[in-house]
Amino acid sequence: MAGQEQQRPTRRDDEPADDAAPAAPPAGGAAQTTDADVDAILDEIDDVLESNAEEFVKGFVQKGGQ
Amino acid sequence: MTARRVMGIETEYGVSAPGDPAANAMLMSSQVVNAYAAPLGSRAGRARWDYEDEAPLRDARGWEISRDSAHSSQLTDAPDDPGLANVILTNGARLYVDHAHPEYSSPEVLTPRDIVRWDKAGERVMLEACRRIAANPGLGDVNLYKNNTDNKGASYGTHENYLMRRSTPFADVVRHLTPFFVSRQVITGAGRVGLGQDGTGTGFQISQRADFFEVEVGLETTLKRPIINTRDEPHASADKFRRLHVIIGDANLCEVATLLKVGTTNLVLAMIEDAAFTRDLSLERPVGTLHDVSHDPTLKQQVTLRDGNSMTALELQWLYFEQASAYVSDRFGDDADEATTEVLTRWESVLSRLGEDPMLCARELDWVAKLRLLEGFRNRENLNWDAARLQLIDLQYADVRPEKGLYHRLASRGQVEQLVTDAQISEAVHEPPHDTRAYFRGRCLARYGENVAAASWDSVIFDIPGRGALQRVPTLDPSRGTKEHVEALLQRCRTAADLVDALAAE
Ligand SMILES: Nc1ncnc2c1ncn2[C@@H]1O[C@H](COP(=O)(O)OP(=O)(O)O)[C@@H](O)[C@H]1O
Ligand SMILES: [Mg+2]
Repeated sequence: MAGQEQQRPTRRDDEPADDAAPAAPPAGGAAQTTDADVDAILDEIDDVLESNAEEFVKGFVQKGGQ
Repeated sequence: MTARRVMGIETEYGVSAPGDPAANAMLMSSQVVNAYAAPLGSRAGRARWDYEDEAPLRDARGWEISRDSAHSSQLTDAPDDPGLANVILTNGARLYVDHAHPEYSSPEVLTPRDIVRWDKAGERVMLEACRRIAANPGLGDVNLYKNNTDNKGASYGTHENYLMRRSTPFADVVRHLTPFFVSRQVITGAGRVGLGQDGTGTGFQISQRADFFEVEVGLETTLKRPIINTRDEPHASADKFRRLHVIIGDANLCEVATLLKVGTTNLVLAMIEDAAFTRDLSLERPVGTLHDVSHDPTLKQQVTLRDGNSMTALELQWLYFEQASAYVSDRFGDDADEATTEVLTRWESVLSRLGEDPMLCARELDWVAKLRLLEGFRNRENLNWDAARLQLIDLQYADVRPEKGLYHRLASRGQVEQLVTDAQISEAVHEPPHDTRAYFRGRCLARYGENVAAASWDSVIFDIPGRGALQRVPTLDPSRGTKEHVEALLQRCRTAADLVDALAAE
């Protein structure tokens, strides 16, 4: 996988701003998640997770589907 | 047609009885369907599915396999147990037991946002069923998960359905869609702890489904799963249309991931129908590459094209994006519809940020949201990837209950981006989309439910007192029977008999 000189396709920076995209919705990334967000959810997670993880995971057995 | 098209999405939910791994999955699945349908009362909760037009053994390549040579699990039009629950809802959806899973098949819609909306409505339906079972002292609890594997070798699907012109050569569909499907998982993957079908390999991978795909093209859906499924059951005029049945997607909870999954696929299909691709991006080893890409959340895995070039899956997605964007501006200039513009803008934005740092997409993509949670937990607890608690986080991410489902915990903290409002979803649980035949089906159920004996995607069958035979109203054209077409008619007809008479007189 090393040494590939393939030119990297990137957004067409050279073109005038996105001709096909008027009224761009705010990109979802605009509001990034922060470390504080992760901490907040991790503080909660112990109460949310089912107790006895090993047994619970083992007990989740499905039949195949489509 | 671009990002707009007649389409629908089906999800088989994981079903389990906490503490009782041996519980009968078919029985639980029936309980789920019945728990939801029974209280709807009258016939609305009982209208049966009409199997008449189903032909699951027809193959898009042009032949029909004989029933003898079919695996019994392919015979979906003749359920072993006729009592297996199978109902139509007033929002035009189908709720039924498929094999050993409860399944919600959305009504036909026209836009990616409406896919999101009626797919989310399906999550609400499952949640409601789960609550009713919990409230029934006679039944044991049943948990439902919007995921695609038990991590022990079993997988169950989330299928997209796209209406396509019959005249489009199927070979073109295979050629341009295969590399697209192999690479789109960087956007649509739902994330999985465990490698290999049985999940015994240690690590995190991008997709729930990838490891279960073993061949490039085929009719099967339950074994030897193909990247391109050839099921050809159009539920529409077969000479004009096909329904492309896509089985490779993961079940997404993130709304942006769902929007992009169907929106970008629609764009690619539009280009295939228009013969607009300027480059053949066929891959050297599609199936192996599918697995390799899924197994590398750093997105560095190289993908080798048949023409000798290689690049990452992300770069391959850029090539599709570039061509789609050029196609839309070439055909529509500044007049592209809003749905198409939104999909292109978001597609480009997500690809850019995935290239910078995938974590920048944690509000939009399931695999990233899940990985971020897992990494945080792993660091705090100092765990290896084979820890049971990490597998539990993977599983619980998909629990449909807001208090237990980790996706829902993220959503309630505003940590994932939502595209449709709570009110829009609640409404979609009962209301059909306005712009497809699902409107007619759903409204008939709501208005004349007493007299609807059965229905399917392309029919509504009435049982009218005093008339010997059942009256079958075909709805073969998915874009007729819209609100615009039939609202006045339905308002005018007070009873099902009035409606049938009015239709007969037309
Ligand atoms: N002609 C069509 N084109 C595209 N999608 C369709 C068409 N007819 C029905 N659908 C959608 O296809 C899905 C079919 O679901 P289901 O009955 O579970 O199919 P399957 O037989 O593939 O399991 C639904 O979501 C429905 O809205
Ligand atoms: Mg189905």
